[in-house]
Amino acid sequence: MSRTDSRGLVLDEKLLFELTDPGRVGYSLPACDVPEVTPQKSLQRDEIADFPELSEVDVVRHYTRLSTWNYGVDSGFYPLGSCTMKYNPKVNEQAARLSGFAELHPQAPEHLCQGALELMYRLQQDLGEVSGFPAITLQPAAGAQGEFTGMLMIRAWHEAQGNKRNKVIIPDTAHGTNPASAALCGFDVVPVASDGVLSKAAVEAVMNDEVAALMVTNPNTLGLFEADIREICDLIHERGGLVYCDGANLNALMGISRPGDIGIDVMHFNLHKTFSTPHGGGGPGAGPVGVVEKLRPFMPVPIVVKEGERYRLDYDLKQSVGRVKGFSGHFGILVRAYSYILSMGGEGLKRATELAVLNANYIRARLEGSYDLPFKQRSLHEVVFSEAALENDCHTLDVAKRLIDYGFHPPTIYFPLVVKGALMIEPTESESKQNLDEFCDALLSIAEESLSKPELLKQAPIRAKVKRLDEATAARKPKLRWVKE
Amino acid sequence: MDFPDELKYTEEHEWVLVEDEIATVGITDFAQDQLGDVVFVELPEVGDQLETGKPLGVVESVKAVSDVYAPVSGEVVEVNSDLPDEPEMLNTSPYDDGWMIKIKLDDPGEVEDLMDAAAYQEFIEQD
Amino acid sequence: MRYLPHTEMDIRQMLETIGVKNIDELFSGIPDSCRLQSPLNLPSALSESEAVAVLKTLAERNAKVSEWDSFLGGGAYNHFIPAVVDHLVSRSEFYTAYTPYQPEISQGTLQAIFEFQTMICQLTGMDVANASMYDGASACAEAVLLALRTGRKRNKVLLSEALHPQYRETVATYCRYLNVELIEVGSADGVTDRQQLKGLLDEQVAAVVVGYPNYFGQIEDLQKLADAAHAAGAKLITAVSEPLALGLFKAPGDLGADVVAGEGQAFGIPLSFGGPGIGFFAVKQNDMRALPGRLVGETVDQDGKRGFVLTLATREQHIRREKATSNICSNQGMCTLMVGIFLALHGKQGLRKLAELNYSKAAYAKKQISALDGFAIAFSGEVFNEFVVVCPEPVAELQKRLEEQGILSGIALAKDYPQLENGLLICVTEQNSREQIDRLVSALAGGER
Repeated sequence: MSRTDSRGLVLDEKLLFELTDPGRVGYSLPACDVPEVTPQKSLQRDEIADFPELSEVDVVRHYTRLSTWNYGVDSGFYPLGSCTMKYNPKVNEQAARLSGFAELHPQAPEHLCQGALELMYRLQQDLGEVSGFPAITLQPAAGAQGEFTGMLMIRAWHEAQGNKRNKVIIPDTAHGTNPASAALCGFDVVPVASDGVLSKAAVEAVMNDEVAALMVTNPNTLGLFEADIREICDLIHERGGLVYCDGANLNALMGISRPGDIGIDVMHFNLHKTFSTPHGGGGPGAGPVGVVEKLRPFMPVPIVVKEGERYRLDYDLKQSVGRVKGFSGHFGILVRAYSYILSMGGEGLKRATELAVLNANYIRARLEGSYDLPFKQRSLHEVVFSEAALENDCHTLDVAKRLIDYGFHPPTIYFPLVVKGALMIEPTESESKQNLDEFCDALLSIAEESLSKPELLKQAPIRAKVKRLDEATAARKPKLRWVKE
Repeated sequence: MDFPDELKYTEEHEWVLVEDEIATVGITDFAQDQLGDVVFVELPEVGDQLETGKPLGVVESVKAVSDVYAPVSGEVVEVNSDLPDEPEMLNTSPYDDGWMIKIKLDDPGEVEDLMDAAAYQEFIEQD
Repeated sequence: MRYLPHTEMDIRQMLETIGVKNIDELFSGIPDSCRLQSPLNLPSALSESEAVAVLKTLAERNAKVSEWDSFLGGGAYNHFIPAVVDHLVSRSEFYTAYTPYQPEISQGTLQAIFEFQTMICQLTGMDVANASMYDGASACAEAVLLALRTGRKRNKVLLSEALHPQYRETVATYCRYLNVELIEVGSADGVTDRQQLKGLLDEQVAAVVVGYPNYFGQIEDLQKLADAAHAAGAKLITAVSEPLALGLFKAPGDLGADVVAGEGQAFGIPLSFGGPGIGFFAVKQNDMRALPGRLVGETVDQDGKRGFVLTLATREQHIRREKATSNICSNQGMCTLMVGIFLALHGKQGLRKLAELNYSKAAYAKKQISALDGFAIAFSGEVFNEFVVVCPEPVAELQKRLEEQGILSGIALAKDYPQLENGLLICVTEQNSREQIDRLVSALAGGER
């Protein structure tokens, strides 16, 4: 059986505003049991022009139809490299919706939110154990905000030492958020080239007393462990710098290697990657940050501390970089991550890492003869192919779009930039051999099609809700909202 | 790909046409091909003073951004005001409708340092 | 383990295909010196029923707003969430998808965000809204960064004292190393002090930031503030932490605001101890290319059929790296969906009625409390659903006294506003019945339940 034989019913659906019928309502409100009053007229707005007017049924059908145009992890294999699209356990969703969590107001007095604070405290401890860092802040809302928080702490630490360092070394394989986060802390970026992995010599050549830190991703975006990381960290430390690690790829290391043990000073976690919280169509995620002891005083406030049997929010870190968002982080996401850790246990987390790495290497072994593999070192959780072996003017984009016709979400494409036409595949531990075989068969079949029937790749996808979209026109004449014609 | 003989070229892939101490500047056919569909152009204002090698504007495609550098020094005397509304002209007509700005040269001799068509073609083939 | 599908047979076959003897060999790229030598010191895996029991125990040790008479607001609001919202966002085609990088199989997310962007524009009176930020506080900080970017060499930002304290703190964190001078503008009678503001405005000021409603629940005179800011060439940034107010009060965009940044939690997102919520962010047309974050735009496919894509990506970190408009690389997708569904359900009429209901309830509570001996309403202007009461006794003692009667009475203001030593911020929404309000009033007066 092949999924290219399947047929579906995809219903068209207008925009909310086009469905609107004046006078229709989808709400119900309790009667007003106090005297009805309104503010002075001059402060009141006119009715909101063209705002939706729909019944509950209309709204339910609308969003239900939209949902069928989407592809999620629950629809099928989603091998998006560097995004760790693992299965999102349903019990986590239920946990976050428990009324004791969902209905807890952030301004409730501390003694009335002990359960929430204890959960946060335990999660801090558990993330500390997985990563080897003694201090964890749960506040950052996402990986990029975690990077920003971590780099702020590095800058603040240097300042406290009287250091005027304003540069950060970032390898060419880094995610774009790394330089953007560093810039937000007022740092200048010093790029460094890597040859698959970073060499100590390359770092040494750009390290000097103006450099505050090195930002690395380990394993890096090619799925390779930075083999010289210890020596590189030693070098940076000897010359007065700190080392930041982008923890996007922690799924390759749980129970195998702890960044905090090998010389890293700061690392952010992506709970929506490694710890199974849903990606939600772009968010919300959570980006806690772990730091070594000497950076603890610089963490954002508040942090959760335990005193005897009580938990409390500590606002009293004198050297804190301040807060990076409201309240105490994405608590609902923290609940899901903690639920995952409870369900997996220490051994389960390690097993997840082992199977994620096994899956990536299996895909590599099956595709290596048909797709070009630019870096031959041992892969961890993901593998990156290039478009070099493709013929007939077929490119990575075409392969990706054709995969959609086979019923798969495409891998990450054109990243990292150091690989021409990169196809970056991260299967995660959630996929069975059976699923991986179907996926590899599809990619092998596409490689064959690129030789025999390249037009199939060029036209793809033909089975999705829409065909390839005109992105140039979208950017030239931006239409970013609906307006009544 | 087309590289007219009457133009001068830079290593940053701009072309220059000099007539009566006024230099007309744009990006080359090679540059537009590398960028793909151009979707946005940012130009300097008339009266701005440009310095050789410094950015004069930006050209964006869907997934790339490229600075455009001043090939010569001088004052901007005219900009192609149609270009921001029709950036695709950089793709369809890089040497005519897609011209970007006109500069009154500070030093007409500066143009002599630029490549001719043959040298530019050789330059991009090496690259 | 139920989440891991591999059988022993699968693993053997896979290792054989790869050409290694065991799984450990796959980690040979990691030097021994980097290997963890002992197992993780974490508890063993729990079954689903055991995990649920642990989580329930923790959850039960928290105060639920449904079981208390809660008058807490201050940036997080207890509004009713219709069943439809959670039902629809639980469709896993939405929540298990990633950022819509492959538009052909993400049209659901993309159209929903496009509709969200449109509704935010309609609500705020602005031209362009992005696909969302983390929350109100960080959106406010990003608004300041936008003003600094577009304000060329201007390097001062004026923050109203009546702006949410956490928003001010977050702005300060974001600006920490950017050579920006942040100056606080005092308040008079609960709103930004315009005289003081005029004295502080000069050609170095990039932006003035005020709340609407502000932290005291008061409705600022945005038009006058905008006029003052614009006269000095500065932008007016309006931060909205209770967006339901926009269902009733004039839209900031119609009163001269240049950026509207706010928190959308009030629209269908659970309190959840303060997160996740959603930051919304809207500007006028001329600042479109300076926006941070994701943007969804309309286009057509090869057959001319309407479709949506992420667009204007060259502003962003994955292309422009250190020169990007922001380091943000996500949006609050699932929360945009909650907000979208909530707004679609309430619609033009419902949103207004809900806002009026909140206004009336707060007005009633305010009137009843103002009649109590010793209690005073701190400020005279219009409020939406939140207001400041000056109490005749220390707030901590009062809060404790009311807690014993099952009432979460409000937020003590003294920590953030020393001048309001006995100030209590009380929020009343449609979730508070008249009976609850009467109980609050009688408890404040010293009565027992």
